Amino acid sequence: MTAAMPVIEAKKLGLTFETGDGQVHALSNVDLTINTGEFVSFIGPSGCGKTTFLRVIADLEQPTSGTITVNGMTPQQAREQRAYGYVFQAAGLFPWRTIERNVALPLEIMGYSKQEIAERIGRTLDLVNLKGFEKKYPWQLSGGMQQRASIARALAFDADLLLMDEPFGALDEIVRDHLNEQLLKLWARTEKTIGFVTHSIPEAVYLSTKIVVMSPRPGRVTDVIESDLPRERPLDIRESPEFLAIAARVRDGLRAGHSYED
Amino acid sequence: MSFLLRNWQSSLVLALVVMSMAFLPIISSGGVGSAFLIVLLIVAGAVGAMVLKDRIAILVLLFGAAHGAVWLLIGALSGKTGEATTSFYLLLAASWLLAWRLVTVLSSIKPKGRGVDVFLRLFIPLLFGAWLLILWEAIVRGAGIPFVLLPPPSAVAARFSNSLPILAADVNQTIFKAVLFGYVVGCGTGFLAAILADRFVFMRRGLLPIGNLVSALPIIGVAPIMVMWFGFDWQSKAAVVIIMTFFPMLVNTVTGLAAAGHMERDLMRTYASGYWQTLAKLRLPAAMPFIFNALKINSTLALIGAIVAEFFGTPVVGMGFRISTEVGRMNVDMVWAEIAVAALAGSVFYGVIALAERAVTFWHPSIRGG
Repeated sequence: MTAAMPVIEAKKLGLTFETGDGQVHALSNVDLTINTGEFVSFIGPSGCGKTTFLRVIADLEQPTSGTITVNGMTPQQAREQRAYGYVFQAAGLFPWRTIERNVALPLEIMGYSKQEIAERIGRTLDLVNLKGFEKKYPWQLSGGMQQRASIARALAFDADLLLMDEPFGALDEIVRDHLNEQLLKLWARTEKTIGFVTHSIPEAVYLSTKIVVMSPRPGRVTDVIESDLPRERPLDIRESPEFLAIAARVRDGLRAGHSYED
Repeated sequence: MSFLLRNWQSSLVLALVVMSMAFLPIISSGGVGSAFLIVLLIVAGAVGAMVLKDRIAILVLLFGAAHGAVWLLIGALSGKTGEATTSFYLLLAASWLLAWRLVTVLSSIKPKGRGVDVFLRLFIPLLFGAWLLILWEAIVRGAGIPFVLLPPPSAVAARFSNSLPILAADVNQTIFKAVLFGYVVGCGTGFLAAILADRFVFMRRGLLPIGNLVSALPIIGVAPIMVMWFGFDWQSKAAVVIIMTFFPMLVNTVTGLAAAGHMERDLMRTYASGYWQTLAKLRLPAAMPFIFNALKINSTLALIGAIVAEFFGTPVVGMGFRISTEVGRMNVDMVWAEIAVAALAGSVFYGVIALAERAVTFWHPSIRGG
């Protein structure tokens, strides 16, 4: 597999919702390429279409204009081939299943053997540091642990693409920092391509190799920033001048997208 | 003053006893012999509960005094039904207040062990229920209320224990045949209809309004028709139960199947999960609290349906048949015995389903508590 093979290619992508009070242009003219192994963050204010774009990749929404391919296929084909794992804003674990049965859920649906399921539960729970909590129910764990379990669930069937929609949005700063650090390690170990939606500038800069800045009405891409930070990133990299320079550019991009409202 | 108020039941008891002295004897044609002992017991209980420090001693004393006094009171009525005087009722009220004090003291205990906790949780409602029966017995016999209006519980209990074979046959006919069969089939078809309505739009559009119509059918009107269709035996009663239980299960299951959240459904979609897999792994488990709701509603509906349906023609056995014929023969004690059996069976039925619910929907916030 070549390093620069595009996983996602969007050309002139547009999505218009028909609502009671007229049309809403959730996405308009989005051109974007995501290559294998990249960690791409989507950042922008509410209503800029970042979540919608992720949902279009996942075939949870259908675009109304333009084209998009996932692994060279339509999103629907990619979904049916289980090409990606999706992590939602809330953990969304099933309360009637223990943590290990929650991780097993996609594996059961995809018809893995019992032995394979057991082996993968062990491996993925290890990846997210949840060893020892297999038999707990979701409501017995903290919010951060629940979200880690939902990441394990998305990793369990080894899709090469991981789509994460503000997965740490509901968590406090300390837990979020910790999970960001763990996510980077996990990315380094699994070499997956990650699409990550966030509100937070430090989070986007800290995690990403590429930051897509978006703005609302209509939802569009205003800037794509390639990060030159090293792949190995301790938490205190966030005080370095390089980090702050990228963060400043993201902030400028966000402000530019907003300027017409002032 | 605060001493009197802290245990106001005891204070009131002493006041009632003093008042009762003015209206002696307790039985209009009797002497004051047993009244003396009753007053002594009650006063001992009331004063003991005020002055004693040890809680166990208070409990034992109150239990003995209240029940001993009321035992003597009811005993004094034997052969003298309807001759109770004002004094009798004042002393009855005093014994009841002692029992009230007993329950108050018991309720204030913070149990240390699990065994004590379970014991208290059973004993307090039992004591409460027993006193309802005691007051019923004493008032009905003391005031000489006609037997056909309200028989004393002791007569009902006697009739109950003398008629066990008949009651067992009735329970077998009504509950183990009509109710159980109708309940299982009614709930089962309601559930299947809900799945069909969920799967096929034309079923949803067509079936739900008709189900609505069926639920509005008056059971009184349907029962005789079912008897014409399915004969006098339990099958026609089961048919009534099926009609009654079908709709609550249909509606609750349809609602329950819509209970799974959007995010969870999207999640299943990202796994390219099919309709039946999503149903089995997400939507049915999420619907379980609703389905159990229907099962609980239907457990009481089924019993009512089967008993009422027997009023419209039945072989000479069955709880509804027994109630309607024994009322006609003025054997109200038998009617009450059947009512007691129905209440008992209904409670057991409901309890079994509630236990199953706890086991299946243990994860629901209403059960795990939080």
